Amino acid sequence: MEIKQGDWVRVEKDGTVYEGKVMPSAEGYVTLKMNSGYNAGFLEAEVTITLLESKPEEPEVAEGAAEKRALKVSSELPAKRSEKLPKVAILSTGGTIASKIDYRTGAVSSQFTADDILSAIPELREIADFKGRVISSILSENMESSSWENLAKAVVEEIEAGADGIIITHGTDTMMYSAAALSFMIETPVPIVFVGSQRSADRPSSDNAMNAICAALVAISDIAEVSVVMHGTTSDDYCEVHRGTKVRKLHTSRRDAFKSVNSKPLAVVDYDSRKIETLIAHTRRGEVPLKFKPGMETKCALVKFTPGADPAILDYYLEAGYKGIVIEGTGLGHVSTKWIPSIEKATEAGIPVVITSQCLNGRVCDRVYDTGRDMLKAGALEGEDMLPETALVKMMWVLGQTGAFEEAVELLGADLSGEITGCTLQ
Amino acid sequence: MSKYDYTELGLKAGLEIHQQLDSKEKLFCKCPTLIRDTKESNFEFFRYLRATESEMGEKDRAAVEQTKIRRKYIYRAYDSTCLIENDEEPPREINREALGISLGVSKLFNMKPVDRMNIMRKIVVDGSNTSGFQRTAFLAGDGYIETPLGHCGMDSLCVEEEAAQKIEEVGDTIIYSLDRLGIPLVEIATAPDIKSPKQAREVAEYIGMVLRSTGKVKRGLGTIRQDINISIAKGARVEIKGVQALDLIEEIVAREVERQVKLLDMREELLARKAFVCEEVYDATGLFQDTRSKVLLKGMKNGVILAAHLKGFDGYVGREVQPGRRLGTEFSDRAKTAGVGGLFHTDELPNYGITEKEVQALKDAIGAKEDSAVIMVAAEPEKARLAIEAVIKRAQEVLTGIPEETRKALPEGNSSYMRPLPGAARMYPETDVPPVEISRKYYECIETPELLTERAKRFTTDYELNPELSNKIAYSKDLPLFENLIENYRKDELVGATLIARTLVGLVPELRRSGVDVDALKEEHFAGVFAAISAGEIAKEAIQELLTALTKEPDTPVPEVISNLGLSAFDPAEIETFIEGLVRERREFILDKGPAALGPLMGMVMKEYRGKVDGKILSQLLKTEINKFISQS
Ligand SMILES: [Zn+2]
Repeated sequence: MEIKQGDWVRVEKDGTVYEGKVMPSAEGYVTLKMNSGYNAGFLEAEVTITLLESKPEEPEVAEGAAEKRALKVSSELPAKRSEKLPKVAILSTGGTIASKIDYRTGAVSSQFTADDILSAIPELREIADFKGRVISSILSENMESSSWENLAKAVVEEIEAGADGIIITHGTDTMMYSAAALSFMIETPVPIVFVGSQRSADRPSSDNAMNAICAALVAISDIAEVSVVMHGTTSDDYCEVHRGTKVRKLHTSRRDAFKSVNSKPLAVVDYDSRKIETLIAHTRRGEVPLKFKPGMETKCALVKFTPGADPAILDYYLEAGYKGIVIEGTGLGHVSTKWIPSIEKATEAGIPVVITSQCLNGRVCDRVYDTGRDMLKAGALEGEDMLPETALVKMMWVLGQTGAFEEAVELLGADLSGEITGCTLQ
Repeated sequence: MSKYDYTELGLKAGLEIHQQLDSKEKLFCKCPTLIRDTKESNFEFFRYLRATESEMGEKDRAAVEQTKIRRKYIYRAYDSTCLIENDEEPPREINREALGISLGVSKLFNMKPVDRMNIMRKIVVDGSNTSGFQRTAFLAGDGYIETPLGHCGMDSLCVEEEAAQKIEEVGDTIIYSLDRLGIPLVEIATAPDIKSPKQAREVAEYIGMVLRSTGKVKRGLGTIRQDINISIAKGARVEIKGVQALDLIEEIVAREVERQVKLLDMREELLARKAFVCEEVYDATGLFQDTRSKVLLKGMKNGVILAAHLKGFDGYVGREVQPGRRLGTEFSDRAKTAGVGGLFHTDELPNYGITEKEVQALKDAIGAKEDSAVIMVAAEPEKARLAIEAVIKRAQEVLTGIPEETRKALPEGNSSYMRPLPGAARMYPETDVPPVEISRKYYECIETPELLTERAKRFTTDYELNPELSNKIAYSKDLPLFENLIENYRKDELVGATLIARTLVGLVPELRRSGVDVDALKEEHFAGVFAAISAGEIAKEAIQELLTALTKEPDTPVPEVISNLGLSAFDPAEIETFIEGLVRERREFILDKGPAALGPLMGMVMKEYRGKVDGKILSQLLKTEINKFISQS
């Protein structure tokens, strides 16, 4: 007999009878969702399965359910499309800021449309008038520089169309790269806010709601920069607003994984009072006109130097036609003396080499020790207090703008979007 | 005799027993299963929870009710808890020790395990789980037990994580301690086969005994909790949670039957009176502008007074449904879910400074007649509205029947409203933990622990302990200690099983009662004491003094304590000299009486050494000496 998912069946094993709905299962097992809500798996070869009720036809149910939900939302939450509320566009790229559980099957699905987000977090409606747009629905680790360009283009379109602020929902793994990319590609008159969640949206404890609400507050604020808004601590007390070029994910799982490095956060948003407190100077709303500067050189690499690492690693990139290299050196920004000839080879060939530090915190300084001085002589550029990942994205963008070595070197050494500070944070 | 005929009423009850397991580590992390003093907490954080929405646009009704108020949950963490308890890290794989213990238990209940255990998330948004759900898995079902009052099916055994312990509730803030969160639990549910309060207790006792038989369950207050599902034929299923003491089970069942019977009687009478609940909520704030009632004034400050009109309910709101609890108390329970302190109803008024005149004005204003009851709530507008709506809903339920709900057991056997019965709607798979295969081979390898009842019987036959002592030691938490000690001394002439058992379940509790810190005593102390007795170095009469001394200096070796106390002052050589002297002195007497001289001479030896040297040793020495003398003469 053909048994399919969703069928209501009876399973008999050694005289014991279980009834339930057939669920997705591992090979060789039949898994039931019983009336109690529990799932239980049985070896297919050792049970007798009797079909009690076939799964109802699919499309009818699905459409009906969707309709019902749409009706329910509109009747419960009359859309407050007040003219007075600022307009905010939510662009989703696949981060799970909203997800729903299908309690019949137990499956969790990510929800991307603005309506889904608004129905999961209804408080947002009081903050702004939202418009949604799905950009992509890929895992953040599968993003590429072309994804950044698509995203930047969509953001620019929304700003041109009159958005007072932009929210981008994004997977947290590579959020800092996307934020850095948009920082370099867009000069913005309105806030562009990245937000995500570290704890899945299907759990009552998820950080999604607080992060989204704080992001919305930043999106309508005066902070006209590309920023990342995520939990400031493990508590639901406040979110931090990080500059897109100064932020790094520093923990695999905690809510407060994102931290500003070599900079204070731009601001903090108190969840209870919904007040924003700015901590450092920032570009103000309307201060600069919108300018879109796309173009990314993909053949750039971030290379981590480790003790004893073979200089052939660096040579490989040169031979493979890479156009720019960021090195993550030790301490103040060092590599072994064996690497120096390869650095020289690169710069002589017109390939910029930027040195950053594995310490992340603090500024690179290659003028203290001999090795450093030799690296500078070989043409390496000090990455100052830039994060290695930011330096890589900057390299890609700079080389996307100019092919001239001299000009590239000048841009790489300049502060373009808050990625290099003049005074190192105490 | 009981008030009710349970068979006639169609009583059906089932038990759900939650027992903490004594595994080394927690169910989904490597933290110890250690209960801490909250003062030792080294970190604190807080969260809010929100009910998540299902695909159908529905939220679990229990979850929705609990998130009506925005509560702040404060969590206390320790140096013995980690990010997993904080809901800041995905769970590890399920603890194998806990799984093994659970499977052992399932065997004792004649249950059958699933082939593949799926870990689920059960939505719980009262803050007791940092994640907002409890991880739980159905492991086995379809078992049974037999007790003197009959057969009882064992429907399910689930392995779960324990919730955090509530420490304090201040307004809308609740403080939880994270030490308990994640300790493995088994949740055992019987079939609704229980037909009387007495049987409920009997089944609970049997299940408790089986659990303790594993020697791998936690003991002490709060480590086992009983929930009871109760219904009568015309009533409804009500789940009463958190019964901590076995003694209460009978009373709880009896009182829930009483509640359902009385509510059903009320329903009949009210319907006959054509009672009716008005859905309208009345704002009575204006009527009380000049009130002297302090409670009302307090509630009106920044708030309103809302009223509900229950036609035909006069006299019923004040009627008892359980000893000391009225229908009004049931209304009040519901109102409290909205965060108000309580309510007022006309059956108890005038009172609380509210005058007869004010009551009449209120009744007139909403058009209430003689036979009507009026309910009032004074609180902030939003809370007051939710509260009075909850009361109206409950009053409507009085006219339709018994509401299905989850209730909380109260200390004297009553229960109060907690929340609606949660549906299966609150379960979905825990995608962070892979399912666990329970192969037949693995299951067969799990040892079935010996039941405590059987063990007690075995002690009686094997060690010749009397049945009372056998029972005591079998059920004692010192059973493992007894079994270790008995290994060495089961055939020992001077020590023996009875002495060990008496010491552990008789003497030690007695010392505890008299204020001796017996918790300082470890296995090595007992082993040292019995070794000294076995070697004849001290008399068994000295145990009490020696153990008491050891509690004060637990780090000093036992022999040293013995010599410090002067308990070993009598070395065998000295005793032998004494006995030789005695035999010489009484030679005439011995020659006259022969071996029968032992008795009288023993009296003289005991006079010298009573309480210092074991009588058996003395008797043996004396006998040898007398025999030697007789044979030489
Ligand atoms: Zn832990």
